[in-house]
Amino acid sequence: MSDTVTTPARRRNYLNADYGIKSWLLTQDHKRIAILYLVSITFFFVLGGVMAALIRVELATPLGDMVEPDTYNRLFTAHGVLMVFLFLIPSIPAVLGNFLIPLMIGAKDLAFPKLNLGSWYVYNLGAVLMVVALLRGGTDTGWTFYTPYSSTFADSEVILTALGAFVVGFSSIMTGLNFIVTIHRMRAPGLTWFRLPLFVWAHYGTSLIQILGTPVVAIAILLVAAERLLHIGIFDPALGGDPVLFQHLFWFYSHPAVYIMILPSMGVISELITAFSRKRIFGYKFVAFSSLAIAVLGFLVWGHHLFVSSQSIYAGLIFSVLSMLVAVPSAVKTFNWTATLYQGSISWQTPMIYALGFIGLFVIGGLTGTMLATLGIDMHVHDTYFVVAHFHYIMVGGAIMAYLGGLHFWWPKITGRMYSVFWSRISAGLIFFGFNLTFFPQFLLGYMGMPRRYHAYPEEFQILNVLSSAGATILGVGYLLPLIYFTWSMRYGERASDNPWGAYGLEWETSSPPPTFNFDEPPVVTTEAYDYLAMRDKRVA
Amino acid sequence: MQGESNEAWGLAHHFDSYDQQREASYLGMWVFLVTEIMFFGGLFTAYIVYRSSQGAAFALGSHELDITLGAINTAVLIGSSLTMALAVWAAQTGRRKAIVGFILATILLGGVFLGIKVVEYSAKFEHHLVPGPNFHWNGPEASGVEMFFNLYFLMTGLHAAHMVIGIGILLVVAVLAWRGAFTPENHNLVEGVGLYWHFVDIVWIFLFPLLYLLGRNIQV
Repeated sequence: MSDTVTTPARRRNYLNADYGIKSWLLTQDHKRIAILYLVSITFFFVLGGVMAALIRVELATPLGDMVEPDTYNRLFTAHGVLMVFLFLIPSIPAVLGNFLIPLMIGAKDLAFPKLNLGSWYVYNLGAVLMVVALLRGGTDTGWTFYTPYSSTFADSEVILTALGAFVVGFSSIMTGLNFIVTIHRMRAPGLTWFRLPLFVWAHYGTSLIQILGTPVVAIAILLVAAERLLHIGIFDPALGGDPVLFQHLFWFYSHPAVYIMILPSMGVISELITAFSRKRIFGYKFVAFSSLAIAVLGFLVWGHHLFVSSQSIYAGLIFSVLSMLVAVPSAVKTFNWTATLYQGSISWQTPMIYALGFIGLFVIGGLTGTMLATLGIDMHVHDTYFVVAHFHYIMVGGAIMAYLGGLHFWWPKITGRMYSVFWSRISAGLIFFGFNLTFFPQFLLGYMGMPRRYHAYPEEFQILNVLSSAGATILGVGYLLPLIYFTWSMRYGERASDNPWGAYGLEWETSSPPPTFNFDEPPVVTTEAYDYLAMRDKRVA
Repeated sequence: MQGESNEAWGLAHHFDSYDQQREASYLGMWVFLVTEIMFFGGLFTAYIVYRSSQGAAFALGSHELDITLGAINTAVLIGSSLTMALAVWAAQTGRRKAIVGFILATILLGGVFLGIKVVEYSAKFEHHLVPGPNFHWNGPEASGVEMFFNLYFLMTGLHAAHMVIGIGILLVVAVLAWRGAFTPENHNLVEGVGLYWHFVDIVWIFLFPLLYLLGRNIQV
């Protein structure tokens, strides 16, 4: 913390460069667009969370005594659609990635600033379509829009919701395209590929998935909409169509989409672990390439969603083996993070608590994923709460823990303010505990055979369901706290220095918050990534 | 790429050099075309699946398409790719009027293609070959033939939509070119729209044999 002498408060930065609503809504500054995204996705996270809360209240008792079965279908569909398309997919890339990638690579902005702003508007257009669908009664197909139910039978707002997902997909493509070009063409002199922060590598892998996968789900959704609107039968067996084709097209994107959610999280964790261990990451190249490996393998495993959908047994076998292969790069990352901790100078700052929590939860989510990749077990627990618990360990335990960890880590850079250390530690603890209490019982429930997507269940499942609902309450409080103390910190928080954590990386070399064009002097990179030894030597000298 | 359209004749603030800006612009366009390939790829996958399961019906369906008009359209579109390439060449060599002329020629050929497409579509409409409640097929494999026409209209329709968008962008580029917006050093927009136009052309090069030619040799 050698460079705290500057007085960041008086400096011009991207926040006080201009005021007024127009300077935000028409901004081309990647940092301001990141803030715009932060506001939007937080809103939809809360909305999706309310749906989850209603689901957990209903499931506190065995009888379906709060909502009608049809309403329940609409609730879990809204929860899934909002969380997946409007929160998880954009969360880390569009907020942290948008803010940090130009800073980390020493650029003034992303390659296409207007496209970046456009992506936020496209996102909101899609979101509006989904909200209108919700206000008109919602959709009851589940977030997967399976045919022929969605295309022929469902009597709800399928087209609007699907169209919303279609539109939001383009914002995701725009972000991915922007990142790829930026990482290729905008790096500072001396910043070679193997000097890039692993956060950037992870986002490169994510962007590849976004540009390769999203168009395919877009066309699948378009076909469902065409089938409903024009009364033609692409997926309708009565008209010679094949409903399973939809599942193939859908999961060709939507399984890789899981990696859109988890890869950026892994990038965040790599940054946090090194920063709070004061060590260069163990096996840099392995961690970097494992991001690409996950992105590539992610495209070869979609068939594991079709184990019970009339897929041939040989296809099932191959998809099973390929799915297990994903465990290899995932394990490479996990082991390398653990090895980085070894003999590190570990400090228990809030972001680090989130990072360590992530590793634990991700390991559980990943191992149960390998279980689900085995054909025999999947036949048994297919469409049960076991699957629900598994993917929540990845998407909530993994992705959201890392998102919050990253937000706590870079908050002083984003806002120039510190938040309450005490309350942030409390909330990290509450979230970790509440999360496990919510979702661990669901593994047991699923293994005992409780199917997902029902609003009522036999009485013997009640104890575990009550535990889960209780955990969800704690989790909700845990999520509410950061909303409060982050908001509070923007006005009353202590001013942050340029590098409050003493972390390594170009983003910490500029002021907090950064000036509009990020750096006063264009940076030149002469050291390897995470060179904490050199940094210490410099400080000692 | 609206990202850089307004700055095509200047150097945007966040780039260090024209070279960097140009390379970013080209790479951006190529990445966008990759997403387009995946977009059409979903439809091509559906085509492959249904063609392999309903080959006879698809052969019947392809006999209903007008091979002469399809062939003429193929030639028209390849011709438009030539004029587009010439427009890019004119931009590289800094000939303002030639850019405008070649782009207008490209637009004209694109318009001819769409016009012929309208003739084909309306013929299908008159013969009740447009899928939906009014589809009517006197013969075997009715549902398979309808599937063929589902895919025919979706694939050529999506292609035509890309043509319409392309013509719209070309009109803007023509106006910009007329105002002298492009120089030999800085004409990223012309190059970018050129890549896009060639891509749309290549999609048709696949669509024509898949829809019009394959299965035509089978006597039914």
